[in-house]
Amino acid sequence: MPFEGVDFYGIDALLTEEERAVRDAVRTWVDNRVMPIIAQHYLDGRFPAHLVPEMGELGVFGANLPVEFGCAGLNNVAYGLIMQELERGDSGLRSFASVQGALVMYPIHEFGSEPQRRRWLPELARGRVIGCFGLTEADHGSDPAGLTTTARPAGDGWVLNGGKMWITNGSSAQIAIIWAKTGRLEEPDSIRGFIVPTDAPGFSARDQKGKLSLRASDTSELVLDNVPVGPDALLPGSRGLKAPLKCLTAARFGIAWGSVGAAMACYDEALRYAQTRVMFGKPIGGFQLQQARLVEMLTEITKAQLLALHLGRLKDGGTVTPQQVSLAKRNNVQIATDIAREARRLLGANGILAEYQAMRHLANLESVYTYEGTHDIHTLILGEDITGLDAFQ
Amino acid sequence: MKIAVCIKRVPDSEIRVAVAADGKSLDEAAVKFGLNPYDEFAVEEALRRREHAGAGEVVALSVGPAAVQETLRSVLAMGADRALLLQVAALPADAWIVARALADALAGEHCDLILFGKLAIDDYNQQVGPMVAELLGVPCVTAVSALDLEGEQAVAQREIEGGIEVCRFPLPAVLTVDKGLNEPRYPTLKGIMAAKRKPLEVRPVELPAGGIEVLGLRLPSPRRPGRIVEGPGAVAELVRLLREEAKVL
Repeated sequence: MPFEGVDFYGIDALLTEEERAVRDAVRTWVDNRVMPIIAQHYLDGRFPAHLVPEMGELGVFGANLPVEFGCAGLNNVAYGLIMQELERGDSGLRSFASVQGALVMYPIHEFGSEPQRRRWLPELARGRVIGCFGLTEADHGSDPAGLTTTARPAGDGWVLNGGKMWITNGSSAQIAIIWAKTGRLEEPDSIRGFIVPTDAPGFSARDQKGKLSLRASDTSELVLDNVPVGPDALLPGSRGLKAPLKCLTAARFGIAWGSVGAAMACYDEALRYAQTRVMFGKPIGGFQLQQARLVEMLTEITKAQLLALHLGRLKDGGTVTPQQVSLAKRNNVQIATDIAREARRLLGANGILAEYQAMRHLANLESVYTYEGTHDIHTLILGEDITGLDAFQ
Repeated sequence: MKIAVCIKRVPDSEIRVAVAADGKSLDEAAVKFGLNPYDEFAVEEALRRREHAGAGEVVALSVGPAAVQETLRSVLAMGADRALLLQVAALPADAWIVARALADALAGEHCDLILFGKLAIDDYNQQVGPMVAELLGVPCVTAVSALDLEGEQAVAQREIEGGIEVCRFPLPAVLTVDKGLNEPRYPTLKGIMAAKRKPLEVRPVELPAGGIEVLGLRLPSPRRPGRIVEGPGAVAELVRLLREEAKVL
């Protein structure tokens, strides 16, 4: 059976014909190309790299960036729906697209020079070049202002030194957007972004082994040991920590949608299972406990869908704030994680198998809960916004 | 090369359909619609021929209610150049009426090829394509699974019972196409955006009901549940049931 989505409130009617067409195109692609193979890739701990050119052909990378750079030129709601459908397949796939689009293409478009945009964006959009985003370090995750990677002038270019951790696509990327301090370590305002070719001397990437989550996604540690780059590596418009934070806001927007996709997949699977799995002489969906589970899932999905959609309309209207994005990321990942866990439980023993989706999504969502601003950090962002009091330190 | 593709909006084949209260039509609210799967091969073939020729036009046509615009838009998203909807309140059950409407519209288009899916999965009639060919006075080859164009001539293969038939015919011609002809593309997101700006003409038409009336529409009767035969005498009992009750032995 193909995935039909979850739409208890007739939210489809709030989408334009074009937004629905985009959603359906990606949904069909995920049904045909991702669903048959994703469980095995997850078990093998292998990113389905063969799908990257297809995703490029389809146009999912940086789909909300302008057509003149080879992108689809979609609005942000359509972009969000793409993320929803990709994560309905697997969070690893959505993570790939988020990194490529929101964390690599977006900063090049936002902070890059015209030649940088023309050189990289069309190739990134097609998936011929893969990018990664290096902000987080082993000792600086929630506290990126403290990063210790440095960029020092050398000749007419720069030399970069430092290490980055938890870098999605790190070992498969041809370019890395590296965030480094050009001044003293106490000066977060000196943070600048650099487009670093991963084949530059002194650059190495090592896969992080032993992941129990996002297994169908590459996660790497990057080491920069006296990496020389030319003057054209610097993203001229990037100044201070707010530049990478803007990238994170763009990626979090996609996560707020993507997590709804994972939740819908789990609910859909749980509902079908409950209607067919017979115990004590009737389908388990006929028992009150399972109905309560399903109703709770449906309620939270419906709320999350409305949250994501309105957030998208705010972004398209140009008024969205980072705090509004935080609220949706925080809520939607939380409820998706809860729904995946409840779906896993409803599925009983079958729920621990890779043949079913719930536990894969559950394990993935534990990463999504932690990355792109942990749940707790989003709580503090919102807490500061409403009280005017900073509780970070 | 100018190619017309005639398409139909049909219920999604993987979704359970429901009969409306009148007992002779589908409950449209409960059904998801999309492009007839065989028409996807026709659209793909038209696009490939145009791409191969490096020039030309692909025109998508359909007869049906206003909702068919969305289906035509999806064909534009795949890459067709323009679309024409002969809009009616409801599609007549009589294929002859539909074929005449299409043939009238096609007469002014002067196409080299007119493609159809070999059948529409909602009514399985396989009539409209051949009727249009007859009305236009051009050759018709049905269920085409391979196609070679050689100037004004074409050679098509048809999978028939136990073999393959190869036929030659002059253009223009009407072809109804089968699966195996090609692998239809996905509409790309850029294609979906571009489709918004492509011309989609809606031409309201009045069509007679024709000579066929649908009296009823019924779902197949549900299959009876299976029975599991257990215990030491299971094999003997199963054989007895197969022979005496199921009467298959």
